[in-house]
Amino acid sequence: MFKIIRRKKLNDSVVLMDIDAPFIAKKADAGQFVIVRADEFSERIPLTIADFDRDKGTVTIIFQTIGGSTMTLAALNEGDAIRDVVGPLGVATEYEPNVKKVAVIGGGVGCAIAYPQAKKLNNMGVDVQLIAGFRNKDIIILEDEMRSASTELHICTDDGSYGYHGFVTDKLKELIDAGANFDEVIAIGPVPMMKFVCKVTEPYNIKTIVSLNPIMIDGTGMCGGCRVRVGGEIKYACVDGPDFDGHKVDFNELVRRNSTYSESEKQHVCRLMGGATNG
Amino acid sequence: MADMRQDKVPVAEQEPKVRAKNFEEVTLGYSLEKAVREARRCLNCKARPCMNGCPVGVRIPEFIEKVAGGDLEAAYGIIKTTNSLPAVCGRVCPQENQCEGNCVRGKKGEPVAIGRLERFVADYMRDKEPEVKIPAPNGHKVAVVGAGPSGLTAAGDLAKQGYEVTVFEAFHTAGGVLMYGIPEFRLPKTIVQHEIDNLTKMGVNIMTNMVIGKVLSVDELFEMGYEAVFVGSGAGLPRFMGIDGEGLIGVYSANEYLTRINLMKAYKKEYATPIMKSQKVAVVGGGNVAMDAARSALRIGAKKVYVVYRRSMDELPARKEEVHHAMEEGVEFLTLNNPVEIRGDDNGRVRAVVCRKMELGEPDESGRRSPVAVEGSDYELEVDTVIMAIGTSPNPLIRNTTPGLDVNKRGCLIVDDTEATTKEGVYAGGDAVTGAATVILAMGAGKKAAAAIDAYIKNKSGEE
Repeated sequence: MFKIIRRKKLNDSVVLMDIDAPFIAKKADAGQFVIVRADEFSERIPLTIADFDRDKGTVTIIFQTIGGSTMTLAALNEGDAIRDVVGPLGVATEYEPNVKKVAVIGGGVGCAIAYPQAKKLNNMGVDVQLIAGFRNKDIIILEDEMRSASTELHICTDDGSYGYHGFVTDKLKELIDAGANFDEVIAIGPVPMMKFVCKVTEPYNIKTIVSLNPIMIDGTGMCGGCRVRVGGEIKYACVDGPDFDGHKVDFNELVRRNSTYSESEKQHVCRLMGGATNG
Repeated sequence: MADMRQDKVPVAEQEPKVRAKNFEEVTLGYSLEKAVREARRCLNCKARPCMNGCPVGVRIPEFIEKVAGGDLEAAYGIIKTTNSLPAVCGRVCPQENQCEGNCVRGKKGEPVAIGRLERFVADYMRDKEPEVKIPAPNGHKVAVVGAGPSGLTAAGDLAKQGYEVTVFEAFHTAGGVLMYGIPEFRLPKTIVQHEIDNLTKMGVNIMTNMVIGKVLSVDELFEMGYEAVFVGSGAGLPRFMGIDGEGLIGVYSANEYLTRINLMKAYKKEYATPIMKSQKVAVVGGGNVAMDAARSALRIGAKKVYVVYRRSMDELPARKEEVHHAMEEGVEFLTLNNPVEIRGDDNGRVRAVVCRKMELGEPDESGRRSPVAVEGSDYELEVDTVIMAIGTSPNPLIRNTTPGLDVNKRGCLIVDDTEATTKEGVYAGGDAVTGAATVILAMGAGKKAAAAIDAYIKNKSGEE
């Protein structure tokens, strides 16, 4: 059992939890994930580690309530315990050596995962341009945290109710065209957002890393549910990823496979990003 | 004088039509009276060929003699000296290739039903078991990676000798393939849990949610004071055929399909686990996993389930009993058929699998006649789900994070004949070494490794 040390609502449907998990906190790194099972009857939900504190022995998860299992998880309070938390899983994000300037892009609740990437790069002394997209002002999360973890924070809203009026891809293109000269782009958010970010960067030949969150059960390379096609080959997001070269990912197949249970199982399927299609 | 009837005493089973709709156990097991009668068929011959066929060396004629005399407690005691999971082995071992395959009685008529008797003894004693004795600690610590058949066997054997054993399990439940792979109708999970509880009563510490190679490395286990490590990390990434259409909705690996059903209990209403409501299913492969997937698909509600296998019925690697049960339940076998493409509808859902007819050619390296494609024989088999059960390749997590641990070109850990790996103090067994194999072979490896670990630690610490 894993005790919830802190619980905070970030917006109407997004919850942050600090979980007592000292073994995981000791090893966690940006880009890795945990799998949580709220109780005996819940699904195993993969959630990227949003933050960790090695001294306190805690890891932070941020998730959106989409279906039954995330609702069960969200219903837990400070002091309650999560039945199972396993990790850190996946390969930590590897950056190009000598990167000087990076665009980190987060879409919606995906900002929870973009944030630790930005924080790590920022601590490495890299110029971090953090582009965070939301549908509107009301659902913005982690603004202060993101601001402190970046050289410059560009918040974009689809409806223009806050910050830049437009999509993250529009902002990215503007920055590139203005001569930003990014060594690398890291994009984390709904699959369509990541796909379009890759379309923007491809003509400029900017290396673009995406963090994928396909259907997954064990997270250790056993079930094969998380297979994705990258550069024509089958890769497993849990052991080969979750980060991949976005220019090689078959996004259409990913979108399709993520929709396997969307019809009949809307109540049950919980994907951190797959569910938030518009950020 | 032995009972010279040629056939095994029949065992009660659920009716095929009934059981194909539920997850209750198929085979109901012997009554005491039937077990005694079957036990009397054993000649108690001197040569004991049956024992040569048992990877864990169960003293078969001795326990059967006790059953024949009605002393079940003694029979159980004899089995337990070499086999820590008898209720499991009695149900899932391929007896026809092992103990029963060697039985003298099998030369004329049917062999003694050793598997059914082992199962009967274990089941009979389940609620009558004497208090588990906690062995006196010997002051040494051993870590076991993976709580599947090999790891649990190694842990049990080491604990019996007084070792302080910690088992690190990646899943939220111990049991490995016994929990996530083999279905409830073939191996009830309460039975597996009972065997695991016996180990914990003996002092074995099982830590779930611990992925070795991620949360802790093998080297860190040594730093924590474990003097030896047994790696039984099991089957890894499922294989796919590499044909077009494997990314369509409705294509599962058998590992995923079975894990959703067995471990995550997708067939029970109170569990949130989703599973496709398939109507027509093609399972590709011919092993026990394929049989389990096919029979599970029926129970989930599929109207039609095909097993698509590229060789003939004679080459099917699955246990005979499973094939027989599957056929009785209505699974259709399309042997000498090989999928070459999976086709989808406009929504990206599986619509059909294209099969190519095969014929048997010359024997290959495995001694089995190899299938050769019949040109121009492709046809569409209409299905909405395809389950790939064509094997796995070993898990990369441990080999990638443990310097000094050598693997062969298939990625399997290399061990010598004592199950010692190329890294000092690290032993391994089960599917991590052999690739996908059987529960009992994994248990045999766990047993051998436990003996080798005991010798290694005693030698190193100057004892004996």
